[in-house]
Amino acid sequence: MAILKCNELTKQYGSVCALDHISLTIEPGRIVGLLGPNGSGKTTLIKLANGLLTPSSGEILINGDKPGVESKRFISYLPDRTCIATWMTVKQLMDFYMDFYGDFDVDAARQMLSRLGIDEKQRVRQMSKGTREKVQLILVMSRKAGLYLLDEPIGGVDPATRDYILNTIIGNYNPEASVIISTHLIADVENVLDDVIFINCGQIVLTSSVDDIRENNGKSVDALFREVFKC
Amino acid sequence: MEWQFVDNAPIYSQIVQQMRLNIASGVLAPGERLRSVRDMAVEAGVNPNTMQRALAELERDGLVYSQRTSGRYVTEETSMIEETRKTIAKDYVKSFMESMNRLGYSSREIADIIEAFEKEDGAHGNLKM
Repeated sequence: MAILKCNELTKQYGSVCALDHISLTIEPGRIVGLLGPNGSGKTTLIKLANGLLTPSSGEILINGDKPGVESKRFISYLPDRTCIATWMTVKQLMDFYMDFYGDFDVDAARQMLSRLGIDEKQRVRQMSKGTREKVQLILVMSRKAGLYLLDEPIGGVDPATRDYILNTIIGNYNPEASVIISTHLIADVENVLDDVIFINCGQIVLTSSVDDIRENNGKSVDALFREVFKC
Repeated sequence: MEWQFVDNAPIYSQIVQQMRLNIASGVLAPGERLRSVRDMAVEAGVNPNTMQRALAELERDGLVYSQRTSGRYVTEETSMIEETRKTIAKDYVKSFMESMNRLGYSSREIADIIEAFEKEDGAHGNLKM
């Protein structure tokens, strides 16, 4: 069964149409890039999948059901901004995640923290923007979830850490789970993606496997993106 | 292993090419056990499904084989490895000849150039075909 399915999904903010009759299906075991320029509807789509927004019309289904308690158990979500309590230490955050999520693997989290040289006793407030992002991503990736929704996961971190994070995503690979990565840093992520979804002005412009794009167009996804979204 | 990818071809086919080269040149020895798909994917920085697809293609061509429980191995059939080596060499020659022809050299002249090159740089050249 599809992990995520949208049928004619539409979201309007007043008179602004953020998503316009989107239909798509994401199968298990795929790493999918949700790619589009700023304001194209990427975050809106991810928020709808999380049940943080409700559709204006159409539907979005996670494992066949509308977003709700079950889907929150199933989805591990990285928002596009800091959502962790800044007064907590990393240790407290891990306890918090363990209380909240039965699938949180504290050993995996510890391993990644030490690899990136992050002190468990440090408070989030005292951290740089990049370190906060790392901590947040480590917490999200340490869950054994069925669907990871990562909204701009690598925007604020340095290239070496970017490589480490992408390797973590590949290394934690579970054949049953899927990952959706929204980003505009395409060149950095395209080698780890199975499929891409190009989205613009609330509409899907293209869905394809990365291999097909390279085979049929003789160019990288990054190059194709620049062509499709030329300003 | 050092992996390098260009933008204008599918990643999986580039992995296949590089693996073929590594097997033909002996970087991967006959009968050598390959690491897990996940490890190889992480090393190459590619999606595990992509690595899986590349290995499946190598398996179909017979250059690697899998044993149900213990993993994947490089073929032990040296004739097949030799065959691959020849095919790759032919491709190299073909693209070399095309480049030289574009420069306006005839086959005769190319042979002379190679001979002269061998004399100059013969110490580290190994151009036997």
